[in-house]
Amino acid sequence: MTKHRGRGIASINYPIGMNLGGDPSQALVHSNPSGKFTVSLSSIDLGQGMKSVTRQICAETLGVPVEDVYVDTADSDTGPHCMGSFASRGTHRVGNAVMAAAKEARGVMMEAAAEELEVNAADLETDGRGNIQVKGAPHRSISTKDVAIAAQFRQGKTISGRGIFLVPLSDVDPETGEMSPATCYAHACLVAEVEVDDETGEVAMVRMDSAYELGRALNPRLVEQQLVGGAWMGVSHALYETTEPYYPDSSHGPRDFVEYLMPGPGDICPHDIAVLERPAADGPFGAKGPGEMCANPALPAVANAIFNAVGVRIDELPITPEKVLRAIKAQGGARSQPRR
Amino acid sequence: MSKSALQFLHNGREVAIFVDGGTSLLVTLRELIGDMTPKFGCDQGGCGACSVLIDGELHLACLTLAETVSGRAVETLDGLKDGPNLHPLQRAFADNFAAQCGYCTPGMLMAAKALLDRNPSPTRADVVEAISGNICRCTGYEPIISAVLVAAAGGRTRA
Repeated sequence: MTKHRGRGIASINYPIGMNLGGDPSQALVHSNPSGKFTVSLSSIDLGQGMKSVTRQICAETLGVPVEDVYVDTADSDTGPHCMGSFASRGTHRVGNAVMAAAKEARGVMMEAAAEELEVNAADLETDGRGNIQVKGAPHRSISTKDVAIAAQFRQGKTISGRGIFLVPLSDVDPETGEMSPATCYAHACLVAEVEVDDETGEVAMVRMDSAYELGRALNPRLVEQQLVGGAWMGVSHALYETTEPYYPDSSHGPRDFVEYLMPGPGDICPHDIAVLERPAADGPFGAKGPGEMCANPALPAVANAIFNAVGVRIDELPITPEKVLRAIKAQGGARSQPRR
Repeated sequence: MSKSALQFLHNGREVAIFVDGGTSLLVTLRELIGDMTPKFGCDQGGCGACSVLIDGELHLACLTLAETVSGRAVETLDGLKDGPNLHPLQRAFADNFAAQCGYCTPGMLMAAKALLDRNPSPTRADVVEAISGNICRCTGYEPIISAVLVAAAGGRTRA
């Protein structure tokens, strides 16, 4: 029995949002008489932090403290339309819609403040701490709360805004095949090191090193948590998970968490991540979004690492011990490839 | 099915209820007592989302018959915080981004508490072993392992 080490690399370009566009998201922003703001979305936060990020985007655009913004994703029946949380589109598509809505709401807020302060709205600025003041004369200021109360009870104005972001649907030219698949690409590169047991066919992860370019990281810790977790979803697809192990025969499909394999805490390995920020021209504050891309490069990198370790190419996922072992046998033994 | 009387301590408070024979502790906690913190993941001991402590020992509530906790002390995540103050493990989980969707979190916290209660200075391998019955889809485990180590170190270091 010998354990063979191997290293594999994969790089990807990842289009943000649905290919060919045509996937709109809407957002509504309104202020309450308390001077706090609510963002209404039908987009769902699956735990990756879309609520936190849209809250940041809204607060930054309005010029108010982040604590003064609530995000309500409660109900897709009553909320504004959204295509959904998928295709790595949350930060980019929804974020842009929130930005547009917050911009419109800010306009109304500044007009209402101008009326209270008896100045021109163009001469006002927000201080980011919940006040609106005259540029160059900060002592002439009014709180967003007082503006909200004035708008509601005296001026009869709704401090609110609507936003939509739509990358128009790009049709494929039937003559040339020309199309515009995406407006915004993120990029990633991952190096995986594995250890393959040539007696059992088992693959153990040894370490991962990766770099992700995802526009501006609006919330670096949330980006980090997605990249750390997502890489393991990718490894899991590479080595463990399948709903149809004998496709197209549906027998022996896993029925529960006992039969559906996933890595446990003892299967993980060290993973060093570098985040590169190259702001996207059409992203909210330059953001693209990590999303699915954090899982994608792990699959080919692991497959390449297995080839490097024992010289077998497995082109079906997941790369189970059975497949590795059969391939090693068919090849007449493990053949380590040169490490570059 | 006949009901039987059941008395036990739920997070330090005595509860006295009637349960049908064969009812699991998980269903008892969630549906009869209204403590929704133990999660219903797989109902067969495969995921750890329903982990609770019985007399300080880690158990899967879905595989525990309610009758067997008669007269014993059951701890769930609901009893972990002290009023408005988070338990050090909860604080460490939040600070270290150890939850995304959060479904595994109650079970992870209880498994971690069982560990720290008997071993306040665990190694990384101890933590991995302690949470090995709990699966997590989102985090890749590393942030959870870090959070438990941070809590054990008194919350002083960032992972």
